[in-house]
Amino acid sequence: MSDTVKKYDIIVIGAGVVGGLIARSLSFYDADICLVDKHMDSAMGASGANSGIVHGGYDAKPGSLKARFNILGTSMMEETCKMLGVPYKNTGSLVIAFGSDDEKELDRLYENGIAGGIEGLELIDGEEARKLEPALNPTVTKALWSKTAGVVSPYKLNISAVENAVVNGVDFLRETMVTGITLEENGFLVTTDKGPLTTRVIINCAGIYADEISAMAGDGFFNLTPRKGEYLLMDRSEGGLVSRVIFQPPSEKGKGVLVMTTVDGNLLIGPDANIAESKEDNSTHASSLEYVYQTALKTCSKIRLDKVITSFAGLRATPDTGDFIIGESSKVPGFYNVAGIESPGLSSAPAIAEHVADEVGKMLGGLELKEKYTKTIDSHEFFRDMTIEEKENAIRENPGHGRIVCRCENVTEAEVIESIRRPAGARTVDGVKRRTRAGMGRCQGGFCLPTVIDILSRELDVDKEEILKGDGGSYILAGRNR
Amino acid sequence: MIIEERSLVIIGAGPAGLAAAVKAKKKGMEDVLLLERDNQLGGILKQCIHNGFGLHIFKEELTGPEFALRYIRKISEMGIEYKLDTMVISIDENKNITTVNPQDGLRIYKAGAIILAMGCRERPRGALRIPGTNPSGIFSAGTAQRFVNIEGMKPGKTAVILGSGDIGLIMARRMTLEGMKVKAVCEIMPHPGGLTRNIVQCLEDFDIPLKLSHTVTQIHGRTRLEGVTISRVDENYRPIEGTEQYIKCDTLLLSVGLIPENELAEEAGVLLDPATKGALVNQNLETSVDGIYACGNVLHVHDLVDYVALEAERAAESAVRRLKGKSESGTKRISVIPGNGVRYTVPQFIDKGSKDEKIKIYFRSGSILKSVRVNAVCKGKTIYSKKFKRLVPAEMEYIKIPTEDLKGSKVLIEAVEK
Repeated sequence: MSDTVKKYDIIVIGAGVVGGLIARSLSFYDADICLVDKHMDSAMGASGANSGIVHGGYDAKPGSLKARFNILGTSMMEETCKMLGVPYKNTGSLVIAFGSDDEKELDRLYENGIAGGIEGLELIDGEEARKLEPALNPTVTKALWSKTAGVVSPYKLNISAVENAVVNGVDFLRETMVTGITLEENGFLVTTDKGPLTTRVIINCAGIYADEISAMAGDGFFNLTPRKGEYLLMDRSEGGLVSRVIFQPPSEKGKGVLVMTTVDGNLLIGPDANIAESKEDNSTHASSLEYVYQTALKTCSKIRLDKVITSFAGLRATPDTGDFIIGESSKVPGFYNVAGIESPGLSSAPAIAEHVADEVGKMLGGLELKEKYTKTIDSHEFFRDMTIEEKENAIRENPGHGRIVCRCENVTEAEVIESIRRPAGARTVDGVKRRTRAGMGRCQGGFCLPTVIDILSRELDVDKEEILKGDGGSYILAGRNR
Repeated sequence: MIIEERSLVIIGAGPAGLAAAVKAKKKGMEDVLLLERDNQLGGILKQCIHNGFGLHIFKEELTGPEFALRYIRKISEMGIEYKLDTMVISIDENKNITTVNPQDGLRIYKAGAIILAMGCRERPRGALRIPGTNPSGIFSAGTAQRFVNIEGMKPGKTAVILGSGDIGLIMARRMTLEGMKVKAVCEIMPHPGGLTRNIVQCLEDFDIPLKLSHTVTQIHGRTRLEGVTISRVDENYRPIEGTEQYIKCDTLLLSVGLIPENELAEEAGVLLDPATKGALVNQNLETSVDGIYACGNVLHVHDLVDYVALEAERAAESAVRRLKGKSESGTKRISVIPGNGVRYTVPQFIDKGSKDEKIKIYFRSGSILKSVRVNAVCKGKTIYSKKFKRLVPAEMEYIKIPTEDLKGSKVLIEAVEK
């Protein structure tokens, strides 16, 4: 083997929220770590397209990994978000019932939650529910109130975790697809489309592809099914219609269609649940979006279709084992699976990360904390959310804050530039969007797209036609006029 | 923070703002301040390099930039103060305007009167809920126009355009001239959305098919757009199963409607008309907030820029009258109600006490109507009636109704086919 092959102690495959937080937790320790992802950026899979909910944890089966990590993760979420400068709100949630059948389901959930040791659960009648949430329909007869639930920006949590890991010395290899895993003495040879790497331990956080990565290593005891959920996102003017996350009673398909205000202040409804055509299938369908809308109307009749600013789909990685798959392979020592992390995966992620860091540390014979590391990232508020005084100071310090690029979300030129220059920063229009919200507002980038392309091209020193929307191939401009 | 008192502040330096500023100064208003968020004056005219502007005002055919330049020259000749790179981040009901600018930082202008001239934005894909994947290559027509005309860049090689609004039609021609292949323009309505002259000059002259009663029903392609499915729609605009047709293309332009940018105005308490999505105004173009006027595409989407400029001049005259203490807005208010066949009117109110003998009511029809009479009806009595050979939703029309016959609390404007 050539000397140029980089040798790592740990390779984390997949820079979603789970992989990102695991890389971060491990980055506090003295080890050579690499985080690889086939996409142009982190948060390009399920972590970038989900509800952004921190669940109360009452519905998972007591004793399951889902229950254990949900409860722990939810309790860690606020602190984690604070360290990483991620928007989080402890809003609470309601599961609502429309009649006696549903009420029985609520009672079951309540009992399940109590058995699992969940705090902050309360059953309330329809009247009390409407006092908390005046927009709820009169048909709501009862509700299960979970006070520990909340909302979080899933992609910000993901992106900030990766940034924190990179600041602590983790190598983040984007656009690097793992194509093969070979067992070697003391570890693995990992081949990628960008060249080979070696490592002592592999952590498989490959999301919907985790079953294929596992099979590649000769482990492969589980299968993942992509289950698609489609959403409709409404204008910020509609945010606040509800202040808690409102679930309808769960069914065998999942937690059901919810109505919520995202942590950024938009109204969000969805998801449905259907088997996707493939692991790459992020398409939306007229029938699904119609179903989501009609179902959400049962919760609240005031939802306005003319306020929709975008629709999107995300894929759940549903395992055939019925629970999260977390642990070292019994067949392939040194290969550690963190797979099938469907809902409540986001809520569980901070707890999963600590647990996995701990276990992997032991696998490597115990890791020492680095002399110097940080658990926080250098973050500040969005310009939009600053007070008048803070805005004044920000512009005085950097006149680039006086130039608003995205008029809908009031994102400044300085913020866009910073999102690119930060460690593990933005490389694409979608990357800028997820970091700054430029293009996420009501005009959906109609006005700011040319400016964002301009800034990206300047900062990355590439031609405008090379600027991508998201992944490789998603070029925006096809060349100069003739 | 600096708080500056100003007499007249105009927000937006597109055609409406420019024309309003020039008119206000001409009418003797010394203290006029024009605020513009872009780094140049002219607004969207800068990217409208096609001709067809100015026929009504200058009696000659100009391009967009030429039209803007006529006003910009006057702005500098007359010494009208303007601020570029200046974004208004809030307006309140007391006419305090908070702005952000790289040099001044945050600044509040306390205005005697405000003219809203912020224009409109394009409806994005998301608002249409077109199902499918989320690739690159989907642009609103105006964004594509900016890429081609300002940046000198092509958005793709082969395109389908959804919506036959004027910008979409203009871009069909423009992209063809730049060597792109425009395969079809789809329009969900049974009639075109843009001006007839644009259908002829931008589509027919270039053999670009216009598919009426068609819409895009699926987007294909994972990273870059690979194609679209289009379908015929029924009379309720629902796609008809079995009419699907796949068109291979790497670019989809959306020209599916413009929305007046009134989020700031709403913050100030300005009430909006659900039909125009612009402010409710009286004949002086004053909104529901005392001293705040609106004109141009922020008030209602216009077909011709000349009409934008003319409307802006009226708003400026009203604002100047008010600032000089000659405001005549009365207490009695008559509602102008769009009746049969009429989608909306501007103004939506007439304040009694106007010295004008006649008041111009602009309107658009809801569908194509042939040989109609447009009547103004007060208390069951037709006080004015005018014949129109043809009314089309794409074109704005007006009638002038006599003020002395206005009785009661409302006047109905209706289009009756003969």
